[in-house]
Amino acid sequence: MRIHADQEKCCGAGSCVMAAPDVFDQREEDGIVVVLDAEPPAALHDAVREAAAICPAAAISLSD
Amino acid sequence: MTTAERTASPDALAVPAARAPGCPFDPAPGVSRAAHEEPVTRATLWDGSACWLVTRHQDVRQVLGDQRFSADAHLPGFPFLTAGGREILTGGTTFIRQDDPEHARLRRMLTADFMVRKVEAMRPEVQRLADELIDRMTDGRTSADLVTDFALPLPSLVICLLLGVPYEDHGYFQERSRILLSLRSAAEDVRTAQLELVDYLTRLAESKQDRPDDGIVSRLVARGELSFAEIATMGRLLLVAGHETTANMTALSTLALLRNPDQLARLRAQPSLVQGAVEELLRYLTIVHNGVPRVATEDIVVGGRTIRAGEGVLCTINTANRDEDVFPGGDALDVTRDARRHVAFGFGVHQCLGQPLARVELQIAVETLIRRLPGLRLDIPFEDVAYRSDMAIYGVHSLPIAW
Repeated sequence: MRIHADQEKCCGAGSCVMAAPDVFDQREEDGIVVVLDAEPPAALHDAVREAAAICPAAAISLSD
Repeated sequence: MTTAERTASPDALAVPAARAPGCPFDPAPGVSRAAHEEPVTRATLWDGSACWLVTRHQDVRQVLGDQRFSADAHLPGFPFLTAGGREILTGGTTFIRQDDPEHARLRRMLTADFMVRKVEAMRPEVQRLADELIDRMTDGRTSADLVTDFALPLPSLVICLLLGVPYEDHGYFQERSRILLSLRSAAEDVRTAQLELVDYLTRLAESKQDRPDDGIVSRLVARGELSFAEIATMGRLLLVAGHETTANMTALSTLALLRNPDQLARLRAQPSLVQGAVEELLRYLTIVHNGVPRVATEDIVVGGRTIRAGEGVLCTINTANRDEDVFPGGDALDVTRDARRHVAFGFGVHQCLGQPLARVELQIAVETLIRRLPGLRLDIPFEDVAYRSDMAIYGVHSLPIAW
């Protein structure tokens, strides 16, 4: 799994950090998404899929 | 479009629709029926004009996730629930009633303050405030009004701290918030309350020039990109949204748990469930109960119906949060449910900015209440509870409890 997060689309709601705190964080200056681990281990894939599904701005895309 | 098309047919559902007696946690039956039978349907507003109701989870996400559905209340066709509501949404425009790119520019001035990491760091302080309020509430007493003594002061104290607003002024801004959010307020009274709040916050912002602090208002002043009036308008939004919503969720959640003793018992037995329980309570109660308004700027197909440019839409997030396709058995409260896909905070780029703070406050409020008050019970008959059907944010007007 590879994660791409679009920082232009992101609205800083923090849903992804709630769903997958080991994979997503927010920029100190404006709360915009930061991907901590763009190729997370399989154990985190469900959490990442949930984060992508609940992202209100559709800013998170996943590829294989 | 002709005038006739803007006027609803006589058999269209009138909104806001009334809830069924005895079912204070459930959406209005008329809206629930629409969600089952005709998920994208026509409704009539207070002034006789028509709008669309979008009721299903998937369709609500589509509309709120598509910025061709504008949040700008100045556009023709934008749906208002009352004359007072029109006054609020068109007077003193904030970023929640603007579209990108202006919306994003203004919102991004605040996102850092509500980001998960920063809000999580506030937990010890919020916990201390919650414990102090319970200490005071229970000191020499065995009963109280939960709204006055706990549910309202907790988020008010927190948002005052964050904004840099003196808490001793809470009587002033809470009374004006009440007028702003009452569906019964005359447009004139809404305008006055709005002006008074903005005036109060303008003076506060001006005072931060000479006496800066760590609050959001002071930092917006220091940033120098906004006028005092703009800062005051933004501050008003944060102040009102920051305490009314969490206050009502806290009191209504307490009532819902008391009404579902099996769920309360589960939560007491396993306090680590509180995080998920709060998501479930947000879903089940959905206190933004009259829908999230938008207006179409192009012709767009939603749920098989074509919504034309210039037509208003109300996304009824309370029915979306009961959608059986997403939340099976969703008419029941289940604190062990994975409810994270709820849309209680809205969806799309306007989704609640303060949701990480709301979550921390609600988790602490619920956990602290049930831990500190093992004998917690309702102190009046359930039938006598007064609900906020007349307010933009649902909840209870007061909640007499004993322990």
